Amino acid sequence: MFSFVVYYVNTLLIDTYLLFTPQMVEKGGTLLKGLEISVAEAEKRTGKNAVSIQETYTVYLIETRAVDNVSEVANPTPDSLWRRYSEFEIFRNYLLVTYPFVVVPPLPEKRAEFVWHKLSADNMDPDFVERRRVGLENFLLRVASHPVLSNDKIFYSFLTQVFFVLCLLFCVGFFEMKHYGDELQSVISQLLRVRARVADRLYGVYKVHGNYGRVFSEWSAIEKEMGDGLQSAGHHMDAYAASIDDILEEEEHYADQLKEYLFYTEALRAVCRKHELCQFELEMAAQDLISKKQQREELATGTVRTFSLKGMTSKLFGQETPEQRETKLKTLETQIEEGEEMVKERTAECDEFVKNAWEDIERFREQKDRDLKEALISYAIMQISMCKKGIQVWNNAKECFSKM
Amino acid sequence: MMSGTVTDNNTPTATKPEDLAGQVLDLDEDDDLEVFSKDATFMDGSSFNSPMPTSPGSMVNQYKFEEEEEVPDTKDIFVTVDKPESHVTAIETFITYRVLTKTSRSEFDSSEYEVRRRYQDFLWLKGKLEETHPTLIVHPLPEKFVMKGMMERFSDDFVETRKRALHKFLNRIADHPVLSCSEDFKIFLTAEELGTHKKQGPGFLSRIGDTVRAVAASVRGVRTRPEEFIAIQDYVEAFSQKMTSLDKVTQRIIKEQKEYSEELGEGSPVYTKWSDIEDELMVPLKLMASCLDRCHRESEEQVLQLSNSLLPTLHEYVLCTDTLKAVLRRRDNIQAELEAKTETLAGKKTEAEAEVIKEEIDKMDDRLEWANNALKADWNRWQERMRADLRSVFNRTAEKNVEYYEKCLAVWESFLLSQKTEDSEGDNILDS
Repeated sequence: MFSFVVYYVNTLLIDTYLLFTPQMVEKGGTLLKGLEISVAEAEKRTGKNAVSIQETYTVYLIETRAVDNVSEVANPTPDSLWRRYSEFEIFRNYLLVTYPFVVVPPLPEKRAEFVWHKLSADNMDPDFVERRRVGLENFLLRVASHPVLSNDKIFYSFLTQVFFVLCLLFCVGFFEMKHYGDELQSVISQLLRVRARVADRLYGVYKVHGNYGRVFSEWSAIEKEMGDGLQSAGHHMDAYAASIDDILEEEEHYADQLKEYLFYTEALRAVCRKHELCQFELEMAAQDLISKKQQREELATGTVRTFSLKGMTSKLFGQETPEQRETKLKTLETQIEEGEEMVKERTAECDEFVKNAWEDIERFREQKDRDLKEALISYAIMQISMCKKGIQVWNNAKECFSKM
Repeated sequence: MMSGTVTDNNTPTATKPEDLAGQVLDLDEDDDLEVFSKDATFMDGSSFNSPMPTSPGSMVNQYKFEEEEEVPDTKDIFVTVDKPESHVTAIETFITYRVLTKTSRSEFDSSEYEVRRRYQDFLWLKGKLEETHPTLIVHPLPEKFVMKGMMERFSDDFVETRKRALHKFLNRIADHPVLSCSEDFKIFLTAEELGTHKKQGPGFLSRIGDTVRAVAASVRGVRTRPEEFIAIQDYVEAFSQKMTSLDKVTQRIIKEQKEYSEELGEGSPVYTKWSDIEDELMVPLKLMASCLDRCHRESEEQVLQLSNSLLPTLHEYVLCTDTLKAVLRRRDNIQAELEAKTETLAGKKTEAEAEVIKEEIDKMDDRLEWANNALKADWNRWQERMRADLRSVFNRTAEKNVEYYEKCLAVWESFLLSQKTEDSEGDNILDS
């Protein structure tokens, strides 16, 4: 239910933005005409991330200068703000989702790939950073010169708004993440169920071979030449039957690793829910503000845009006095001020939450990839061990059989 | 009551001239091999009117002691059973099998024969052989019906399994030094139509009479069974139990393995589904799915070996024990009849009567001795055969199992290899 509300209110929030933005977006043409954009600098920062681990990262300075329409000369003092690479990623994801028909310009590579020298694979390497800075600037210029993308309001906010409501863009990301969490839970549950059934059957196969051991042993008692061969073959069958216990115990470890991530999905979903909650509160505040502003407009201009019982009754039963109107307007003004503060606050909260949450989700993703890959490898190793044991037992048994 | 009996005048080796009295000395044989008399005119233990041989001592016929590993050079008859065909008539539907014979034996007019036989015909042959050689061990036929309901009577599996068993049945007879010379066997292999031959042989009434006498004899029981036969009896009892157990165990293993294989196959699509929602993990997960699939297929193949090779062989030996028990019973009957006859001697007053009885007793005594020797020799032969068969089939099973594990090992090692190379290429550097 929340997601639906989020999507629906998206447009409302964009309108809210328009109330905030000091400059209007250029109508017609591309943004590039009205705005000079550059990624001027790169700086190292250290800070504590969402799990309070100290980390070092690079931020890039986005500078924008409004170009005077007439003189085509740029304003000398630029506006600027610092952004991390991951924020660029999120913004690009937003473009991908919002404009599926557009060939969205790419970002410079996240990690140093296609390197010819091992040293230049380091993301902190100054050369890498410099090349990235150029790449990011190129990205922004491409977007700004695109007939469709350049008109995007979020783009403008990305370039200029410090209080950039990341949660808007993150809506898509969080929605996908929640969906991923659901899918992962479903897949892992299925896997665990199948694995349990497989283990059960395998146990059966091995244990029944123990019966061979018993019968061979009994049979060897009534045979002369075959006796020895049968007897020793029987022992190997017993060993084979017994070996499954250890094998399955080891496999439990793999199941545990899967289970851990099964339970992790719950935590992932919890984070996504919290985001929805933040979003929802922000939306409520924004909605409230917008309606108040509309009321003010109506009161000021005397036009009725939205239906309200009060409006109707006042129309039917006579207008208010100018004094009444004055008071009403004054109250509204205060409320609007408070409302704007509230939206600012909630926006900041949302931003903060989203920034941290998204970083941690990134961290979680990488951890998950590492852990699960390792789990798969250890599963393969277990299978190899099981096969080797099987080969040994049956080779031994074969030798015994040939002595029969 | 023996009218129109089929006499078997064959000798075991094609090179020896036929001796109507059945006296043949094979000088190639080892001295310490057991000799036993073979008089093919002995039809049935309960018939007293069959022509007697001159004396037991002159009935000497050595037979070759065949090992499974014997060089096929000495094999001069090759029989195959194949090409099952379905026949539909107004009354019934049945399957016939092609029986192809290639031989260099002189008793056969031609060197190659091709006939079509149905299961009933095989039953007839077995019956005739047991009639003629009551104490020789004839390899069992596959069962008439499969009660388990796992196989339809005309399903491909059933027909295939039966065909193999019938092939084995005929080949065991062909390999048997005595049975392969049986006239009935020859007829079976060569006659276009078995119908006429089936009608020959003891009439219905005489067969009833034989059965009654046999039952009476078995009810009477034997006084003292020679120790070696007691030992064989005990062994057969125990062996029967073991084979039945092994049959059951193998069936159970097949069942479990089949289900294991199925479940394993179910894992593969889940990994594929998972790979669809991942980025970094997509490749290893897809690989995992393919590995599981391959193991699943190897497992299926391994089960085939069990169900097509091990299980039928074990089952055959379960059926063998029934044959063995029947052979022992028939031997007992012969002895019982002799003992019964001996008893009647006491009640005979007149010399003439006593003489007649004494003569009959002598004949029966010879018959018993002959039967005992035949059984002993064939018993040894059977044991060797059994040992070779079971050793070979267990060996093959173990081999197949090793193969299965080796293939799965290769699958998982390739998985590891691909993951290790991936690791050394990529780097896990945190985003800045």
